Amino acid sequence: MLADKDRIFKNLYGLHDWGLKGAMSRGSWDGTKEILARGHEEVIEEVKSSGLRGRGGAGFPTGLKWSFMPKESDGRPNYLVINADESEPGTCKDREIMRHDPHLLIEGAMIASFAMRAHTAYIYIRGEFIRERERLQAAIDQAYEAKLIGKGNKNGWDFDLYLAHGAGAYICGEETALLESLEGKKGMPRLKPPFPANVGLYGAPTTVNNVESIAVVPDIMRRGATWFAALGKPNNTGTKLFCISGHVNEPCNVEEEMGVPLRELIDKHCGGVRGGWDNLLAVIPGGSSVPCLPADQCNDLDMDFDTLKELQTGLGTAAVIVMDKSTDIVRAIARISYFYKHESCGQCTPCREGTGWMWRVLERMAEGKAEKREIDMLFDVSRQVEGHTICALGDAAAWPVQGLIRHFRHVIEERIDQYAAKPIPASVPVAAE
Amino acid sequence: MPKLIINGAEIEVPDGITLIQACEMAGVEIPRFCYHERLSIAGNCRMCLVQVEGMPKPVASCAMGVNDLRPGRDGTPPTIYTDNEAVKKDREGVLEFLLVNHPLDCPICDQGGECDLQDQTMAYGFDAGRYADNKRAVEEKYLGPLIQTYMTRCIHCTRCVRFMTEVAGVEELGAIGRGEDMEITTYLEKGMMSELSGNVVDLCPVGALTSKPYAFVSRPWELSKVESTDVMDAVGSAIRVDSRDREVLRILPRINDAVNEEWISDKTRHVWDGLRTQRLDQPYLRKRGKLQPASWDEAFAAIAKKLDGLDGKRFAAIAGDLAALEEVYALKELTEALGSPHMDCRQDGAKLDPSLGRASYLFNSAIAGIDEADAILLVGTNPRIEAPIINARIRKRYKSGEGLVPIGVIGEEADLTYPYEYLGAGPETLGQIADGSHDFSKALKNAKKPLIVIGQGALARTEGAGVLALAAKAAEKIGALTDDWNGFSVLHTAAARTGALDLGFVPGKGGKDVGGILNAAEKGDIEVVYLLGADELEVDRLGEAFVIYQGSHGDRGAHRADVILPGAAYTEKDALYVNTEGRPQEGMRAIFPPGYAREDWTIIRALSGVLGKTLPFDSQSQLRAAMFAAHPHLAMLGQVSPAGTDALHSLAKTEGKLNKARFQSPIADFYLTNPIARASAIMANLSALHAGADPGATGTDG
Repeated sequence: MLADKDRIFKNLYGLHDWGLKGAMSRGSWDGTKEILARGHEEVIEEVKSSGLRGRGGAGFPTGLKWSFMPKESDGRPNYLVINADESEPGTCKDREIMRHDPHLLIEGAMIASFAMRAHTAYIYIRGEFIRERERLQAAIDQAYEAKLIGKGNKNGWDFDLYLAHGAGAYICGEETALLESLEGKKGMPRLKPPFPANVGLYGAPTTVNNVESIAVVPDIMRRGATWFAALGKPNNTGTKLFCISGHVNEPCNVEEEMGVPLRELIDKHCGGVRGGWDNLLAVIPGGSSVPCLPADQCNDLDMDFDTLKELQTGLGTAAVIVMDKSTDIVRAIARISYFYKHESCGQCTPCREGTGWMWRVLERMAEGKAEKREIDMLFDVSRQVEGHTICALGDAAAWPVQGLIRHFRHVIEERIDQYAAKPIPASVPVAAE
Repeated sequence: MPKLIINGAEIEVPDGITLIQACEMAGVEIPRFCYHERLSIAGNCRMCLVQVEGMPKPVASCAMGVNDLRPGRDGTPPTIYTDNEAVKKDREGVLEFLLVNHPLDCPICDQGGECDLQDQTMAYGFDAGRYADNKRAVEEKYLGPLIQTYMTRCIHCTRCVRFMTEVAGVEELGAIGRGEDMEITTYLEKGMMSELSGNVVDLCPVGALTSKPYAFVSRPWELSKVESTDVMDAVGSAIRVDSRDREVLRILPRINDAVNEEWISDKTRHVWDGLRTQRLDQPYLRKRGKLQPASWDEAFAAIAKKLDGLDGKRFAAIAGDLAALEEVYALKELTEALGSPHMDCRQDGAKLDPSLGRASYLFNSAIAGIDEADAILLVGTNPRIEAPIINARIRKRYKSGEGLVPIGVIGEEADLTYPYEYLGAGPETLGQIADGSHDFSKALKNAKKPLIVIGQGALARTEGAGVLALAAKAAEKIGALTDDWNGFSVLHTAAARTGALDLGFVPGKGGKDVGGILNAAEKGDIEVVYLLGADELEVDRLGEAFVIYQGSHGDRGAHRADVILPGAAYTEKDALYVNTEGRPQEGMRAIFPPGYAREDWTIIRALSGVLGKTLPFDSQSQLRAAMFAAHPHLAMLGQVSPAGTDALHSLAKTEGKLNKARFQSPIADFYLTNPIARASAIMANLSALHAGADPGATGTDG
């Protein structure tokens, strides 16, 4: 269990002052100037050796990502864009950071921008986050007022931070769609290459990072990469915000070490699975887009990128969705499938047509109104979507379906058998009288 | 020059191209829907997926630059597979997805037989789809009188959107909705205000956008296809005329990078219904004030009677805007044989004169030269309605120059689909450019290849000659006349004009021009006027003159005529035309002329026999041989013989009279510029739409 002294998000539950004063009392903005004085490369090196992996879902090493940014400007500015379009179902970690500890993010933005030689950063916040936007803007205003950021600030690196808000489209959390949306265009992912580090926002080199990845940077810089790397497991270092929802007694957000056992997470922080551990049916370990795991794989499960990858799922955003045995798993996945069908941007063929197809078949399967051969077909269709699209939404739509078929094929088959044995009679026509 | 291995064969390809182009160079066909060479890359159909060794996912070859591919660890060039099982499966998958919501209504779809989706499904698809649920249905959209929509068939390739936004420069088409619910629409369903909108029908890879006037008319395999040249404007777009029996059913563009790339204007494309109506299909004679049907012999006899003993100086000939080289040449020979110097081809009164040299009336930079121009000045022209294809080319230059190519306009301040600097309205501003005192002359002077486009709006005026000289002076001043660049370009509006000027169909010694002929006819000094398809005249001013009208349509000229000789329209004869660049091109016969109408040069040749002035050719090849002997450059079909800059340097030294009147484009209505277009119901519809008429039912107006 993570020791209190190792916590980064000390005001995760909003028990203390969110403002500048409170944040400073918790250590924010302490010695920022000295951190910047260590130089651009030094900061990147520190983040690299901390082993921090992106907290947005893909788990790409943050320091490495930063190092792709051009060191010499060809006349174009460098930009940092912070992805606060937290829309993955089950995920609510960034929201808490922006609500209760916004200065962690602002200071992190400053340090990260400095590391990447960017004088301007944008935070793209989800449209539905209205209070969070107000709170974050208030915090940015405080930082400007205290001359912590802005032109000619105390910390010695000219830095402007702008807050932009979306209109509530899931796809705008995809980094290039986010850039399109930020530029005022329709939120549709761009083709890669070129990658944002070459041609990003307004055609300039850009790095897009998740809120949590940026918010942990000040602590890494202050306490050192070795401290961060000592937490968690090799290649899966540091602390992580977990969002546990679903059939647990006390759903919560909690900061824990990477690689914390799932059972510890649920039992210690969430008061256990509803009806006891044995009542567990399945867990979606990383937000709606990763495949679910059946209960028998959850008993001895470490929550980190590499372990979960081995089990053909992923840590994603570390949004753990717990389902007990009362859950209709087919209907649950059908609902997730509907979400992806609804949020597909419509740009490229496999996702536009495939998400609707998968959802319709799953809806029928949830009732049992399907044929058994359609299970394999559905799996094949999901494979035809996965990896064939411009962005990762196609993958995100395909994986939950694959997880369902991989682990709960027998449930679908039983449902089909039941329906075949006792089909719901077609409605009997009644004479209009 | 990166090296690639495509399906095992090594190939070296130029820098900066995409993988799909590299595969084409290697002779490997890659299926595609959204990719189009002349549009931006969308990468959304996913049909062109290929496998690149070392990449975990299949790669959209249309969007992958060859320079972005990394060689293998051992240094082998990037290895691409387009023919293995994985790629085959990818393609089958994409096609299956496309067909999920595409109706299988091929038997009632106009695209059938020339449908990319149909063809590629045959070639790359799986035999049966597995989708068993209901298909999506999408409401039709109103896109104007040219484009019929069946939006349920749309596969969302966005070619139409990209064409309208990028090439046509009219942001009226877009996609609304997300995912499955995405729809292509004009938002307000008002009909598209573009002269190039018909091209989206060609671009549409499925039957979502089809031609409204051609709806359910024919199947592509029933049509005879003839490659020809367009005469609706002076661009000379390459076209293909599709006909069945004795009717032209549609006109499509052909690829000609030097001229029209692969676009044509809506007038070029849809004028074909005008070829059927208002036709002159037999000779007519005016008897007791009324035109009466007559035989060829009677018509010729009446002309012979009128001309018998008449002084040649009392005869005049005017060539119209659609006349081909052959008939203009024959008429010139005949007029000279009759002893008349009065002939003219400049119906609009443009002060162009072949004696000043060919360079003074050609689009010297050539149309493809626009791509190289690095500063453009438009003088007295609205290319958007005078030559939409050239306007699109200027827009292309504006786009490729990323807005850094300065474009200035002297004349009308019209919406040209690209931003420009408005310099002034008339010759005074041109004078400031010529003496270098205008701010914009700096931009022109700094350019390596400055281009001045002079429209007929600047030349068709009493002091047009002065403007022409001034424009030459300006061109000289800004350095547009160098050894390797001639940026003095005259934009014509009539397909016949350049050719007729090349042939010298202008007043001979002591001859009168169009204005002079009309004045003399009014006074009675000229007694016989021969109108060769000349309709853009004030025919009321022909006074008491005996008017011979030879042409294809019953338009202004025919109404005034005393004798009508029915000729062939441009789709009904093999004929040569010279476009505004001075490029001779061949038009081919697609169908026969209606009724007793004949090919135009044969009419003049036959008449010359009746008049006792038999012209020295009995066949078209003899006529062409004689014409080519006199004007050798006309024999170089499809090629421009550069005119050099000497003529322009000497023109620049002359001074002409100038007045202060503003330049105005000679075209009032783009859709009604010639007798064929005026006979077309489609053109009348479009004209009304653009004049602001209510399009009527929109299909979604409740």
